[in-house]
Amino acid sequence: MLHDALIAPFTDFAFMRRALAAVIALALGGGPIGVFLMLRRMSLVGDAMAHAILPGAAIGFLLSGLNLLAMTAGGLIAGFAVALLAGLVSRGTGLKEDASLATFYLTSLALGVTIVSVKGTNVDLLHVLFGNILALDDQTLLLVAINATITLLVLAVIYRPLVVESVDPLFLRTVSRAGAPAHLAFLALIVVNLVSGFQALGTLLAVGLMILPASIARFWSRDITPMICIAVPTAVLSGYAGLVLSFQTRIPSGPAIILVAAALYGFSVLFGSVGGLVRQLFPARHLEA
Amino acid sequence: MRLRLWLCLVLAVTASPLQAAERLNVVASFSILGDLVRQIGGDSVNLTTLVGANSDVHVYTPTPADAKTVADARVLVINGLGLEGWLPRLLQSSGSKAQTVVATAGIVPLKLGSDADPHAWQSVANAKIYVANIRDALMSADPADAEIFRARTNRYLDELDALDAEVREAIAKIPPERRRVISTHDAFGYFAAAYGIAFIAPLGVSTESEPSARDIAKIIAQVRSAKIPAVFLENISDDRLVGRIAAETGATLGGTLFSDSLTSEKGDAPTYIAMVRHNIKALTGALGR
Repeated sequence: MLHDALIAPFTDFAFMRRALAAVIALALGGGPIGVFLMLRRMSLVGDAMAHAILPGAAIGFLLSGLNLLAMTAGGLIAGFAVALLAGLVSRGTGLKEDASLATFYLTSLALGVTIVSVKGTNVDLLHVLFGNILALDDQTLLLVAINATITLLVLAVIYRPLVVESVDPLFLRTVSRAGAPAHLAFLALIVVNLVSGFQALGTLLAVGLMILPASIARFWSRDITPMICIAVPTAVLSGYAGLVLSFQTRIPSGPAIILVAAALYGFSVLFGSVGGLVRQLFPARHLEA
Repeated sequence: MRLRLWLCLVLAVTASPLQAAERLNVVASFSILGDLVRQIGGDSVNLTTLVGANSDVHVYTPTPADAKTVADARVLVINGLGLEGWLPRLLQSSGSKAQTVVATAGIVPLKLGSDADPHAWQSVANAKIYVANIRDALMSADPADAEIFRARTNRYLDELDALDAEVREAIAKIPPERRRVISTHDAFGYFAAAYGIAFIAPLGVSTESEPSARDIAKIIAQVRSAKIPAVFLENISDDRLVGRIAAETGATLGGTLFSDSLTSEKGDAPTYIAMVRHNIKALTGALGR
């Protein structure tokens, strides 16, 4: 009975196994990035980026029609351009990162809409570009996996400067020049993760599996490393439970996964050991020496 | 200076309809109707098609240019049966005095759920009714060219009769137990009813709704147990999901069927007759083995 409900969907159907593999890969790459995004107060960057890639996708579409590879490549380039320009502007001037990003992504969106309508076509490009987790072919699965690998390797290299900069940027500036390159590498990682995530899984999942587990982890730890160690399994758990829910109930898979994560978030807000509401109402006794 | 420029512009805009006044201004709502009007009207009408090749008429958003086109039209040819949901508002806002021709008038609609199925042109017998309706409208709007319209229509009706016979002959060669396919949306109800091929659609009527894992699993189980031999794609919707279903069940990927839209001149289905021929070739190719 329990086997039928929880395991049989995955043994009977290859598309469920593929979806699960994609969710795990996404969790491995997106979990740590989400934690850093949250600590740097950039949690809404993902949604902005979803619009910023439109002109790239549109140009890819103009050059080679409904070709996913060309549209994804275009999206990546547009995403990089927006992220890097926004990063450079906020580094070089006093403008805050979110403000400069908002400016660039709105410009990018306007450019994209213009390009699409000049061509006069009526195919909803973003609709085509954003994939579905139930329809993964070998190519996209490989893309998500490669992406998670690159993310983890690059994060391993820039981990120290990134952590220090998230906590105390002024200190980092006095002892090292690694801050700016680490920040730009991090922005590039966000773009890679989001764009490949959009293509494979759709906007909701790509952004949601990055941000929600990070916010959940915040309620269970104060330190970055344990936070990442909590965020990744949380994302995997949400993905698995969401897929089972979608299989058993008819809720579309993307929303199902995010709803499970949201339920975990609600639980954490109430009962989390760091700043959870219940814990604030009934504080533990202070340790005495 | 600027005022004079504006004046020129206004004059140019108001002057242009006068020059084209000898030829009847006809507007067709989408590419298939456009082709039918062209076959009947030929060079005697000035034809504009609102939703062009390879675009989805279900989700079209009209532009200001469309409003102007509709306002200038003498005859507006629409499919009716709820296909052009965006059209009544366009008609109202443009203040058009065009005579509206519902091409499906006189066809008994099939039901899709509780609504009428608008894709009536997929049966050649219905296309002949479309043609007769369009002929009558053109003849009454432009009596001077009535004989030309009548002659062209008779020639075209003969072609459609030949086409209908061709389709029936091709289907007769497919073994009855293999006359079953999967396609991306329920656009082939009339084709199925007229020619006896069962179409099973993964997503239901609309191209918009997102499937749940359960829906996909049900289709895969259905394809496996009913031994459905082939899976088809459409020219206007995302094909990844259907591709996945084919990969998982071992059904043949039968190529692209054209349902709601013709292709451009260079494509496989630039006219209605070419579209039906293309579809029947794809069907017999995948099922006939």
